[in-house]
Amino acid sequence: MPVTTLDGHAVHVDAEGFLTDPAEWDESLADVLAERIGLTLTDEHRAVLRFLRADFTARGETPTLRRASLGTGIPVKALFGLFPQKPAKKMAYVAGLPKPHGCV
Amino acid sequence: MTHRLVVLGAGTAGTMVVNRLRRRLDPLEWDITVVDRDDAHPYQPGFLFLPFGRLRARDLVRSRHAFVTDGVELVLGEVDRVDPDGRTVTLTDGRRLGYDYLVIATGASPRPDQTPGMLGPQWRRSIFDFYTLDGAQALADALVAFPGGRLVVHIVETPIKCPVAPLEFTFLVDDWLRRRGLRERTELVYVTPLSGAFTQPIASDRLGSMLAERSVTVETDFLVERVDADARTLVSYDEREVPFDLLVTVPLHMGADYVGRSGLGDELNFVPVDRHTQLSTAHRDVFALGDASDIPASKAGSVAHFSVDVFVDNFLEHVAGRPMTRAFDGHANCFVESGAGRGLLIDFNYDTEPLPGRYPLPVGPLSLLKETRANHLGKLAFRWLYWNVLLPGRPMPLPSHMSMVGKSVPATPATAATR
Repeated sequence: MPVTTLDGHAVHVDAEGFLTDPAEWDESLADVLAERIGLTLTDEHRAVLRFLRADFTARGETPTLRRASLGTGIPVKALFGLFPQKPAKKMAYVAGLPKPHGCV
Repeated sequence: MTHRLVVLGAGTAGTMVVNRLRRRLDPLEWDITVVDRDDAHPYQPGFLFLPFGRLRARDLVRSRHAFVTDGVELVLGEVDRVDPDGRTVTLTDGRRLGYDYLVIATGASPRPDQTPGMLGPQWRRSIFDFYTLDGAQALADALVAFPGGRLVVHIVETPIKCPVAPLEFTFLVDDWLRRRGLRERTELVYVTPLSGAFTQPIASDRLGSMLAERSVTVETDFLVERVDADARTLVSYDEREVPFDLLVTVPLHMGADYVGRSGLGDELNFVPVDRHTQLSTAHRDVFALGDASDIPASKAGSVAHFSVDVFVDNFLEHVAGRPMTRAFDGHANCFVESGAGRGLLIDFNYDTEPLPGRYPLPVGPLSLLKETRANHLGKLAFRWLYWNVLLPGRPMPLPSHMSMVGKSVPATPATAATR
């Protein structure tokens, strides 16, 4: 896996730029990742990211959009507003988690 | 002392499990009970053919009793609740079944009620599913009356049973429309929440090209918010609109409601389990097999079959107080009908995506990810194998673990960049 440097953080990423080691992530890196996809994080974004991180720690898998909506109480429509176009992927990217795999 | 194994669901996984375990567990020591709400076992892969009049409903349904071996009690009734602490299953008619070990195998069901507007006045008028027997039959009538127009094939959300089935339906309906001289008058649209035709890159490329060759428009990353039945339009969360004259949708899939009521499920009522042993992550005496679990594999009969192979050995170790030594690898293989009497075969697991090559079989190899007549015939032959070999739990000449023999591995590792 290639190593890249993001704003002074050396991190391992896959071909699409998703972090491959969730332990290399912290909240300051989230701002850097968000900026790379044109987002500026608000408290609401951060609440979503915290849920994603906690749920990943508990279950070992990136939560789906449905699960993130239920877990945070933020409607799916609002998640599309926070992370436009591809919210499940963008949330995972900014949270430093593997890309959610649409189950085969 | 007698031990009690209760299996909920006498479908593909549940029937195989009781038949296999009855031969392996001493009848003097083990009572085996299997519960289902009715005595009609459908051959679900056959639903795909009903809309095209190529099979009849009566070809696809048999009595569950006929496939449950002697020495296993089949109880007909609806499960109300499982009490995992009291180790009791309660049925809606008040009957109670105590257990020492429980296997949840009640599958996944399409839930059109979960998408606003889907079950409105257009349901079964211009909106159809083909994942139920009556839905597939109703769609057959609608197709015969279809004069051409916008035909939209749609997936609400993954996971779904048989993830290739919507693609197969699209290929078959394209072929069917051509034969009836209606293809020129029909705009065929494939609407998916995925970023491509399929989840895995190489198969997604191949199947995506097959859609393009057939002039099917693909609308990706489409997460439906509601169906506007009056305007006959799908509306997504990001406010895209897809109008239709005839909508063939695959509704959201959920596990059984009693799973949720009993606190045993995730947000879709699928039971969280270890992906290699299928033991519940919450209870040491509960397993979930087939479509009912949350394993990241296809919800498909082949997965049920291969995982039951592994489960039966593991279960015997588990009840003897020993560690379970076999690990399910997520192995799936699926025939993919592509129309005009041809089909593809895909074979994959948790770690290896579907690859091209050859799939070795005792009767001669089949081609992987390639349209052939033999694959189509294999798919048709499978119905006989299902009733006569698979359900009775007779040995199939297929290894439960995926094999790399015959597969062509790409020179550079496939990335998801194509998605």
